[in-house]
Amino acid sequence: MIRPGSRVALYRVLAVAVPIALIELACRLGWIGRQTLPPPSEIMVGLYGILRSGRMTGAILETLRNVLVALGGSVVVGIAAGALIHAIAPVRRVLEPLFSTYYAVPIYGFYPLFIVMFGLGDKPEILIGFMLAVVAVITATLNGLDGVPRVLLKTARVLRLGPIGAAWRVTLPYAAAELFTGVKLAVAYSFIGVIGAEFIMSQSGLGYEIRYAYDNLDNAVMYPLILLVLVVAVAVNMTLDAWDRALRARRGAGLGGGR
Amino acid sequence: MPDIEVRLSGVTRVYPGRGGGTHALGPLDLDLHKGEFFAVVGPSGCGKSTLLEMIAGLAPPTEGAVEFEGRPIGAGVPDGVGVVFQENACFPWLTVADNITFGLTRQSLPKAEVERRLARALQLMGLEEFAKAHPAQLSGGMRQRVCIARTLVMEPRLILLDEPFGALDQQTRLLMGDELLRLWRATGATVLLITHALDEAAMLADRVAVMSRRPGRILDVIETGWGPDRDSRIVSDPAFGVVTGKLWSLLREQSLGALQPAP
Repeated sequence: MIRPGSRVALYRVLAVAVPIALIELACRLGWIGRQTLPPPSEIMVGLYGILRSGRMTGAILETLRNVLVALGGSVVVGIAAGALIHAIAPVRRVLEPLFSTYYAVPIYGFYPLFIVMFGLGDKPEILIGFMLAVVAVITATLNGLDGVPRVLLKTARVLRLGPIGAAWRVTLPYAAAELFTGVKLAVAYSFIGVIGAEFIMSQSGLGYEIRYAYDNLDNAVMYPLILLVLVVAVAVNMTLDAWDRALRARRGAGLGGGR
Repeated sequence: MPDIEVRLSGVTRVYPGRGGGTHALGPLDLDLHKGEFFAVVGPSGCGKSTLLEMIAGLAPPTEGAVEFEGRPIGAGVPDGVGVVFQENACFPWLTVADNITFGLTRQSLPKAEVERRLARALQLMGLEEFAKAHPAQLSGGMRQRVCIARTLVMEPRLILLDEPFGALDQQTRLLMGDELLRLWRATGATVLLITHALDEAAMLADRVAVMSRRPGRILDVIETGWGPDRDSRIVSDPAFGVVTGKLWSLLREQSLGALQPAP
């Protein structure tokens, strides 16, 4: 007998595998032209070849480094800014409505300005990734801090923790689950921001290589690189999601939260 | 003349706000004797919890002075004072054992001493089998025991309880009351219990203060006259009915007044 958890995992695999199999079939039968989309199996083999040859290693490492810098910056600045905004109520009243409309602003519209300011290097790409990610972290930090029950903060005082001790040993661990949600979003936004910026105007990185292959009708490179981006983004997010669920399950999804 | 553990002299508490703020409590004078079990009852919103927070050093009085062991309570919780709140105050990311020893980790005690206190608290509160469990795996009553155990390991000389059984069913409350009496006898600490339940106050306390509706003042202090070996079986004693009757006769009018809408 299959356990319910295993069954869900099986269905999840099928939800990805069946469409891929159908696309493979459509490609092999000629319903989808080779110039439009090569069969998925060939894309996978192509990706293996590209990774093995090492010719894209520099671009991959550059993109991952820029994503990491944008992510790290957005997490550090986002948590610090979130904590500060949470502590100063008037600032929060002014800024909070702006956060909710922030993602309506097309950040890429500022890209030419960033290039004028910082040149054609990594900085504008990192800045785009950072700007997309940081507000998600600020919002998650505010939600996390809002959720800390007053009784836990009073308990921290009764146990003679000072403000820093209470923040480090009570507030931060309690808000961790919510902060983690912000980090998950920041990962996705950093990838989108950096690769998107590379795609538009950069001279290097994975996004640039995808666009270069596209401009030269080089499907043998373009599709494997798109697959690589897809696999990395999904793998990172699924790993974070699994950690997130494990963390919440251990804490009883807020049942023991004292609210 | 009994030793005074806590003394409140001319204490008032006004919460700032429009029109002079909200006068929550006082003026109020009260002495708690060393080693006694003292309860405070009063209508909803009369300032019972405010009173506890002032004794705990969590909120300063607007006027007057609060002393613990002869020293004025300043900003911060004095050494030797433990507090158990009504709400679940377990840290959900920590195990039961880590919750209990949370306050000890700052005291740079030898590991063996921490282990000894933990083992004793687990045994006293009947939590030995749950040391590695997380609070989400426990019932409401067991979580409250964890909070009591976390207070006990600090070996406080004054234990402040703010409606600790308020969220529990009646049977569990009676049994927890027995455990509390046992702990009180075992530790020799002074206990202040804030409660809205007259029977709980009458069963547990040596003396019960009855507070007026807001701004809360002490209307009277009733001596129950029970011996130190009492337990929940006292509820069937006719004298228990007399004590709760006295408390209710003092409280009835105040409670009715508290139900009226503010003018």
